[in-house]
Amino acid sequence: MILAQTFAQKALARASGVTEVSVGTTVDARPDRILSHDNTAAIAKIFSQFGLEHVYESEKLAITLDHAAPPPTPLHARNHAEVRKFVSDQGINNFFEVGRGICHQVLSEEALILPGQLILGADSHTTHFGWMGAFGAGVGRSEAATLWATGELWLRVPESIQVTLSGALPLGVSSKDLCLHLIGQLGADYGLYSSVEFDGSGVSTLSIESRMVIPNFMAEIGAKNAYLPPDDLVFEWLSVHSNRNDKQSSIRENAIYPDQGAVYSQAVEVDLDTLEPQVACPHSVDNVKSVQAVAGQKVNQVFLGTCTNGRLEDIAVATRLLHGRKIANGTRMLIVPASSQVLQAAIEQGYITTLLEAGATLGTPGCGPCMGNHMGVLAPGDVCLSTGNRNFRGRMGQPEAEIFLASPEVAAATAVAGMITDPREFEAL
Amino acid sequence: MNPQKRIWKYGDNINTDVIFPGKYTYTMHDPTEMASHALEDLDPTFASNVQTGDIIVAGKNFGNGSSREQAVTCLTAAGVGAVIAISFARIWYRNAINNGLPAIICPRAVAEAEHGGHIMVDMQHHTIALDAHNFPFAPFSETARDILEVGGVIEFVKQKVQNQIDS
Ligand code: SF4
Repeated sequence: MILAQTFAQKALARASGVTEVSVGTTVDARPDRILSHDNTAAIAKIFSQFGLEHVYESEKLAITLDHAAPPPTPLHARNHAEVRKFVSDQGINNFFEVGRGICHQVLSEEALILPGQLILGADSHTTHFGWMGAFGAGVGRSEAATLWATGELWLRVPESIQVTLSGALPLGVSSKDLCLHLIGQLGADYGLYSSVEFDGSGVSTLSIESRMVIPNFMAEIGAKNAYLPPDDLVFEWLSVHSNRNDKQSSIRENAIYPDQGAVYSQAVEVDLDTLEPQVACPHSVDNVKSVQAVAGQKVNQVFLGTCTNGRLEDIAVATRLLHGRKIANGTRMLIVPASSQVLQAAIEQGYITTLLEAGATLGTPGCGPCMGNHMGVLAPGDVCLSTGNRNFRGRMGQPEAEIFLASPEVAAATAVAGMITDPREFEAL
Repeated sequence: MNPQKRIWKYGDNINTDVIFPGKYTYTMHDPTEMASHALEDLDPTFASNVQTGDIIVAGKNFGNGSSREQAVTCLTAAGVGAVIAISFARIWYRNAINNGLPAIICPRAVAEAEHGGHIMVDMQHHTIALDAHNFPFAPFSETARDILEVGGVIEFVKQKVQNQIDS
């Protein structure tokens, strides 16, 4: 008899071609998609040591230029040139140029991964794809090269943590606050090696864009992958976005849901109604306080962007708060849309005009200053409030700078006041 | 050669940004140069004083954050012989094994180890010797052991690819 299985067990069983796997065992999994970005050139150097002319299945690769795009220095430009050469030598179709956007956003928009599939990416936030019920996990460069060479990788079947959401988010509170609340309560190592699997009635109250925040952020509690159960909203979104004309019904058929009675190593419950805006303080993601506890903290840069919170919904809420207002003197606000589609929609909606009138500035879709490469890196003594997912010392370029993490709502309110501010003070919410 | 190795001891959640800053990730390739930036934003004295075989001892969740493999290779280039911790972030752990760097989970040894003290790791018998005490650690999984034995995943895959071509 097959015992009740978690999502992680079912997904890894499917990816390794067996009917059942037990937690703690190691499987040879074959991903449906292999992601890399600016690090593709470095992976290609490792791959070249294997003495193989071609990657195993070039159609499985998806490559974006996003981390330092457009390139800020000649060295970065050379790196991009090497990536393009690899792409053309190997005949890779799923290649996305400078300006198309951040890997996780772009692969979602292109529907290059679907519910129930396995994606392994040379990027730690590959957990992202759990928003649609895919299994996404990050790997290192050597492992990406291994995947290019052999199409498979050993993976340990993780324990699963169940997170049950009830209620609905109050006004001014977003799924980012849910994530910050979880990591603040549980700590940055709570989910080590685990599959973090969400369920409960609260999931379906969330928009697609705010769902994307959650598995993305679960990388910060150490998760191997994270999972939200896909519903009709997800199937419809993907079928609209897929240019391969994937039918909603076939997307739905391949979705995976955990069994009733599956065994979880931990269970956490969150009532969304009770959440408040949260802020992660320097220099660790789990140093979380309520927005009131840090209100008044002066900020000289606000950064709205990243794969966590650089989407249309995030830009829309910032627009509502900044409409008819000016960004505070002594504070600058950078907006870097997560993708070209996001940027285009924001222009069409008039958001960009409003934000520029308020005094914000705009960067090329991509990672922007998130990991300290360019387009808004910090000076010693700078204090930045970012909508991203990491506030480690030196992350945005300078060890003597400070990074606070919060929702787009808090970011916009902070830009107006020049200091960390509770967005619920604004009627425009 | 003295099998006693020097300890560099650090706390919990030593993340990849302080091990190897993101701003260098797409432009710095030379191992010696990478080694000179190892742990730069955590302990500026490390890179200039670390000696071959030295061992890093740390708390929970060592290597959390980015998947960047340089957070391992800057340490191997600097000569670090092993990292012992209470727990490791999963991608860092895999990257360590894949680069032939033993990542050893041993909370009791972590509790006893002191910065600047001496330590011995016996990979054959899975024990750590600290002062007069011996601390056992769990053997590596079969795959991890196979990879460590050949010195890393590149060699491991080379052999696998070769076998596929031969068979
Ligand atoms: S936006 Fe930041 S966290 Fe997301 S992929 Fe880019 S560098 Fe990584």
